[in-house]
Order: sequence, then C-alpha cells, then structure tokens
Amino acid sequence: MRSRIGSALIPVGSIAALVVLWLVVTATAGQAPTAGRFPSYRAPRLASHPDLNGVWQAFVTANWDVQDHDAQPGPHPELMGAYGAGPAGQSIVEGGEIPYQPWALAKKKENFEKRMMVDVTDDKKWHDLGDPEMKCYMPGVPRATYMPFPFQIVQGSSDYILIAYEFASTTRIIRMNWKIEAPADSWMGWSRGRWEGDTLVVDVTDFREQTWFDRAGDFHSDALHVVERYTPVSLYHIKYEATIEDPKVFTRPWKISFPLYRRMEDHIQLLEFKCVPFTEELLYGRLRKQPRAGEPSSGGSR
Amino acid sequence: MSRRFESSVGAALAAAIVSFPALAGQAPKAPAIATTWAVPHTPWGDPDLQGVWNDATSTPLARPGGVSDKPVLTDEEAADFQRELAYNLTRDRRDGGPQVDVNRAYNEHWMDARRLTITKDHRTSLIIDPPDGKIPPLVPLSPERQQARAAQADAAARFAAGLPDNHLELSLPVRCIIRTDSPPYLPTIYNNDFQIFQSPGYVTIAPEMIHSARIIPLDGRPHLGSTLRQWLGDSRGHWQGNTLVVETSNFRTDQGAIFQDADPATFRITERFTRVDAQTIHYEFTVEDPHTWTKPWTAMIPWTRIDPAEQMYEYACHEDNYDIVHLLQGARIREKKGETVPKRIPAR
Repeated sequence: MRSRIGSALIPVGSIAALVVLWLVVTATAGQAPTAGRFPSYRAPRLASHPDLNGVWQAFVTANWDVQDHDAQPGPHPELMGAYGAGPAGQSIVEGGEIPYQPWALAKKKENFEKRMMVDVTDDKKWHDLGDPEMKCYMPGVPRATYMPFPFQIVQGSSDYILIAYEFASTTRIIRMNWKIEAPADSWMGWSRGRWEGDTLVVDVTDFREQTWFDRAGDFHSDALHVVERYTPVSLYHIKYEATIEDPKVFTRPWKISFPLYRRMEDHIQLLEFKCVPFTEELLYGRLRKQPRAGEPSSGGSR
Repeated sequence: MSRRFESSVGAALAAAIVSFPALAGQAPKAPAIATTWAVPHTPWGDPDLQGVWNDATSTPLARPGGVSDKPVLTDEEAADFQRELAYNLTRDRRDGGPQVDVNRAYNEHWMDARRLTITKDHRTSLIIDPPDGKIPPLVPLSPERQQARAAQADAAARFAAGLPDNHLELSLPVRCIIRTDSPPYLPTIYNNDFQIFQSPGYVTIAPEMIHSARIIPLDGRPHLGSTLRQWLGDSRGHWQGNTLVVETSNFRTDQGAIFQDADPATFRITERFTRVDAQTIHYEFTVEDPHTWTKPWTAMIPWTRIDPAEQMYEYACHEDNYDIVHLLQGARIREKKGETVPKRIPAR
C-alpha cells in the first residue's frame, strides 16, 4: 500500500487513498476503541481464508434470556439460594424484541412457566415439556454460541470446519460450498458455509423443532432457518451475527449480534461438560426400584 | 432397544469365538506397509490425515481358539473365516428361538455392512502383539476392584433379566455417556466412522458415535492436572515421522469408564495413526497396566477412507433415549409380576 501511495502514476487515486488513510488515522488515533467498534482489520490467512481457529466464548447472558432481562432468582431459591439466580442482561436482539406471532408469544410464556417440568413416561410427549438445556440436550444454533461455555473452531485446509462446544460435548460440521441437502433433521442443524470476504457465512437449516433459544422459553419450529456471520474484527474478537427466520412462529426475520472473545489462558483447552449424569435423576429417578430413604414415593412403579 | 441389541451382539461375539472351522497351519506374514506412496501434507507441513474414515471389520480383537496360532490366512481360508464371522455377527440365521430371531431381525437394521468383512491383510486377530493374538493374562485384581467387578456383573445380570434397579445400573453406552468414542477405538455394530480435522497445532478426531470431538494439541503442552479427569481422558499428540502418536491420560475412575476396567491410576494408552496410502490409515494402539495385564499389548485396525459423498451425520443418543425409560418401566412391571433375576453362576 505504501508504495502505491508513493507512486506518481495515479496521482488522483493516491490522493484519495491518502485522504482515506488520514480519516482512518484521525478517527482512531489516541482513542480507546468504542465498544463494539473496531478499526478495520484483516485477519491472518490460512489456506487463503481468514484464520478463525481458536477457543472462543460469548460473554452475553442471552442463555437466560435473549431479550432484556433483570437479574432473577433461580427456580428453587428455598433450596438453591443465590446459586440458582441468573444475571441481568441487555437484549442481543436487534430492536430489542422477538417478533412473535400472537399464539407463539403465548406459547413462549407457557414454555417459561413449565421450563422445569419433565415427563418422559410417554414417548409421544417426551419433548413437550421443559428446557432442553436442563435435560442436557444438544442446544441447537444459535444457542450453542452463547451458552456460558467456550467452544473451539477447528479450521484446516479441507472442505469442512468443525465447531466443538464444551456444553454436552456437542459438535457440528460446517460443510463449505456444499450443495447436498440435509438427509434428516438434527439438533444442531445442517450447516453449509461460504466465505464472503473475511466473513464466514453459515446457512443452517433442517433443525429438530425441540431446541430453545434460552431459559426464558423462546422457541422455534422445524421451519427454523439461521444464517450466521462470523467476522474477525481483531486477533481477539469475532463479530457474531445471526439472522433467524421461521415463518411458522415469527412475523418477520430477526437478528441477533454480539462479540465472541478469544480465550487467552495459557494452554486453554475445551474440557468436558458431559451433562447426561447431571440430569438422569430428574429424567429417570421416578423409575427407580425403591424410593430413596427420606423421600416420598413418586410413582416409582409407573 | 439397546438392551436387546447388546445382549444379542454379545451372544454373537461369544459364538464367533467358540465356533470356528479348524484351518491348516501357515507361515505368519507381517502386514505389509506400502513404501512407494508419498504422504500428502497440510499447508502448514503436517502429514495430512483429513477425511472421513471407517474402522469396521469382523476380524476379532483376540484370535479365536479354532484358528490355532495362525496369524494370517490364505485367500481360501480367509473366505471361510469371513463367512463364519459374518454368519455369527448377523441375524440371517434361524438357529434360535422366536425371541432370538426377533432380536436378530431388529439388529439387522443397525448392522454396518462393512462390519461383515475381515481386514484385507487376512489377519485372524486385531491384536498384533503378543504374537499369539490374545489379550495377555490378567494379574490378580485387588479386593476392591474384584468387588467392583462383581457388583457390575450383578447389575449386568439384572439388566439382562430386564430387571435393572435404576438408571445407574445401565451401562455407560446405554446411558449415552460414552460409547466407542473413548480410546481405544474398536469396531462395533454401527457408527464406525471417524472424521479427522487438522488445524495448525492440532489434530481433531470426531467419532460418529455420539458427538464428541477429541481435540489433540500437538504443541508439547503438559497434561491436565492429575485431579482433573474426563470420560475421554486428556490427549496429547506429536509427530514421529509420518505417524501421529497420541498419549491419553486423566481418565475418569467410574466403573466402566476406562477400557476393560483397567486401573485408572496405572493405565496407559498410546495410539499411532499412520496414513499408509490414499485410502488407508493404520490405527495402532498399545495399552498397558501392571494392575490389570501381565504385559502390554498392541492391536492394529485399518481405517478405510469413505467416499466424500458419504457424509458423517449427527448421532443424537441421549436426546431420544426412550429405551432407558422402557427398560426401567418394564423392570417395575416385571417386579410387580414377581419376576426375579435368575441366580448367576459366578465366572470361574
């Protein structure tokens, strides 16, 4: 760039470039960066694409509620005290509110009321009640991105990018420039990616309908379509945006965005949060042979 | 589903070990490794293992008794061996009662067709060391471990009788906690695919079974602190020429969490991944544990590249584990009807 600016062959372009450079320099020099705004950045390359490898984590509190929310007590404060409480947070939804159809808003409220309820005794109603997170199910997209756990992007030179999430040891494979349609619905959806400049754009379709967006009961149908955009804005930050479309549930597509932060600890690595053992008693405890000492019988012989 | 599948597969494997046509002795032949083929490299210079690979084979881990000490078979013998193993692994036979027949028919749905062929090198066992192809004898177990194994055997007997007391008596695979995604990787009835991803400083293996990924750092970092334990352990890798060498420690101590219930305090596993041609990785693992086996032992399983059009898909296990509820509901109903667990004849 420097040599082009110094060239006498295209003086008009050079002056324009200098003016642009001057504007950028004066806009950023000597200032602390404004939250959410970054000077223009070109990510390091890997096999000619921006290198997104790393362990990343969101620090929004959207897993409790993607919309504005006060700090809140947990569902059983008499048992859990402040342990179960949730932090306050600002909406990650553009415009603040999810554009629900009226029936769907009512359903969301019902989901929230019944978020701690579980009934697995009837296969057909297995997924009707309760937050899937509580049952240790794969969290779907975009929820996996803002769970309070890190995830790792594994990007190499093949046609695949792997994202491994610590929560429930969930993984998803992003197939780059892929034409083939999904063979079946899945919890993490069918992810097909492409590069748009420095942005990794991932088109995610063919979801199971049972995942939720948060503990507040925000939900979708099997018509969910998510388009994610991962844009590196510094060596340590990715701007994450997702457009969420579901004509069965929402009146229009809506968008969320928040930054992802690179985990910088020495030797950072994903650990295991294999949560199945943490939810089994809730799911299957009623089917034990004997009620345990001190507990009332609750249909152990159903 | 899982109970029926496991019990009938177990029976099939047991059958595979006892019924085998005797074959004439042959001079042992070491598996040949191609030498002319040049390993491709990633842009950052590591040997390239990326792709989707399948490790299914009917060749048993340990050499079946009937083959005597012959490690490698002729073409004709191999065809017999393969036919016999396939016969014992599939349901396409009518030598059991109606219930056995139904179980086998059910399992047909799950059977990976690749699971019905022996390794191309016509070996009679996946174990290559010791040379007899068998798991070395066990050392005497401590009283605590003996007790734990006995308790597990009792739980397994209740499970087999359809009378498990509770979900904790079901095996880790039935509970969808770990299946064949924990090292060492051994072929099983289905989901024998592994996708290998590479990035600078890492090799990552995503087994199709459940949906975990083993992200293996290659930067020489130390293992996790010894009190931090994981279901899949903690893996560290390095390149030895074209071979990826992976050492894994920090396994959890739960019964059933570690391979053949070796002692987590002393168990060591080393895996070696070598791409020997465009279509094949040789996957070799060595396990040792002076508290379990009298000496270390090694197995080699060829991984075959599968057509890129044949993709690996999400395998949700726990999310729709209706079976665990059916098993427990069934057990409570059987109890009410007064059914009891048949007395178990103690092994040995």
